[in-house]
Amino acid sequence: MIRLHQLQVRAGAFQLAEISLEIPTGQYGVLMGQTGSGKTTLLEAICGLRRVTSGRIELMGRDVTNLPPADRGIGYVPQDRALFQTMTVREHLGFALFIRRWEPAAIAARVDELARMLGLTALLARKPAGLSGGEAQRVALGRALASRPSLLLLDEPLSALDEDTREEMQNLLLSVQQQTGVTALHVTHNRDEAARLGDTVFQLARGQLGQAPTRPHSPRDAAAG
Amino acid sequence: MNGAGAGQPGPAPIHRTGSDVPFLLCLGILGSVYVVLILAMLVADASFTSPAHLLQALRSPEIRYAIKLSLISSTITTILSLWVAVPLGYLMSRHPFPGRNLVDGIIDIPIVLPPLVLGLSLLILFQTAPGHFIERFVPVTYAIPSVILAQFSVACAFAVRTMRVTFDQLNPRSEQVALTLGCNRSQAFWLVVLPEARRGLVTAAALAWARSLGEFGPILIFSGATRMRTEVLSTTVFLELSVGNLEAAIAVSILMILAAVLVLVLLRFAGSETPVGRVV
Repeated sequence: MIRLHQLQVRAGAFQLAEISLEIPTGQYGVLMGQTGSGKTTLLEAICGLRRVTSGRIELMGRDVTNLPPADRGIGYVPQDRALFQTMTVREHLGFALFIRRWEPAAIAARVDELARMLGLTALLARKPAGLSGGEAQRVALGRALASRPSLLLLDEPLSALDEDTREEMQNLLLSVQQQTGVTALHVTHNRDEAARLGDTVFQLARGQLGQAPTRPHSPRDAAAG
Repeated sequence: MNGAGAGQPGPAPIHRTGSDVPFLLCLGILGSVYVVLILAMLVADASFTSPAHLLQALRSPEIRYAIKLSLISSTITTILSLWVAVPLGYLMSRHPFPGRNLVDGIIDIPIVLPPLVLGLSLLILFQTAPGHFIERFVPVTYAIPSVILAQFSVACAFAVRTMRVTFDQLNPRSEQVALTLGCNRSQAFWLVVLPEARRGLVTAAALAWARSLGEFGPILIFSGATRMRTEVLSTTVFLELSVGNLEAAIAVSILMILAAVLVLVLLRFAGSETPVGRVV
């Protein structure tokens, strides 16, 4: 579960005003807003990459507002993916586990598990330069999920993909979230994407947060039922 | 009224662009002036010497000493420069600390300062109390350490510039993602940032090495030109020229050109490879 309590963040002249939101454990939250509405700033603040002026960030009931990014247990997939250029896909998937000093055998098992879940098994030896947009996105997702974070933050993960790949990634995101039970916060400016993926949809405009009306029925409900 | 065409719909007259050849030709001619100048100088050097002259130069113990000192001092300077350039370049690129612009300006000083003035400044520095204190333990002025210090004072500025640009061009997001994945800043730097800066490191090393090899003015002032002591290859060229031994001066110049070309080619070759330390 993530709870933001009256969070204020400043980014240069831009100010996010007293954002409060809550996403229950295992739910898929979508944050909508136009370019420049402060979506990325908010994600950076949740990750700990940007200092908050006031307010509180709670993850699974723990106050993480002043913790360094490494200690928050958050998986972050930035908009440009920011893959590590010198590392193979295998090294990406194992990175967070290597840092946590897992045994090599345990890392290998977890990497295989992630690769199977994300369809990356054939690409494990590749470097980012040899990946397509969709593949790179799956690697960034796997890298973020490897250490089983309690929260997954996705910054416009589908915006740079072509129509077919986008469809495929949406299905993948839903199935991954169902399999892992991770709480997700997904940022987008695409209404269809929000409707398709979100259990809860928030709307961010000019630094203010509002909750979008609940959808009458969701394809997720249909899929689940 | 001159709106003649307004009332006459019809196909627009065919628009023809002229040839691009004159433009490209101008670019080529202007650009090639410099390339031709460089090549012409090298060819002139080569035509003024012979393998016999080169061998004769290589047989001279003074010149052999100068070669050795040049190679060793340039290499030490390169290593020292990288040890400073990486942290300083990284700090300036990623951490907007107070006085960053001032530091940025200070680093440009050795690049724009006349070499003789730089040498004189080093000489004066070691005439001050702290300088005398250091010289009590390590003789610097007119000794080998002065050669390395003179080279370092210029070469390091180029290495810092190169590393700053390198870190500026890397995506800071990778490092931020590494932080969210559990790294502290040091781990993110060693595991993610530095491997991605590899090419910049190679370029900085090559630049620092080449600058050190060619360093002359500050060495002449700060280290003197004592044969078999503080004589580096550029000093040799100067000394041989001053006694009218043009053949030896050119032979040594050719050696320097060959050494520089060899290292640049080697480093270029190494830079194109991507040996990655395995992380997992």
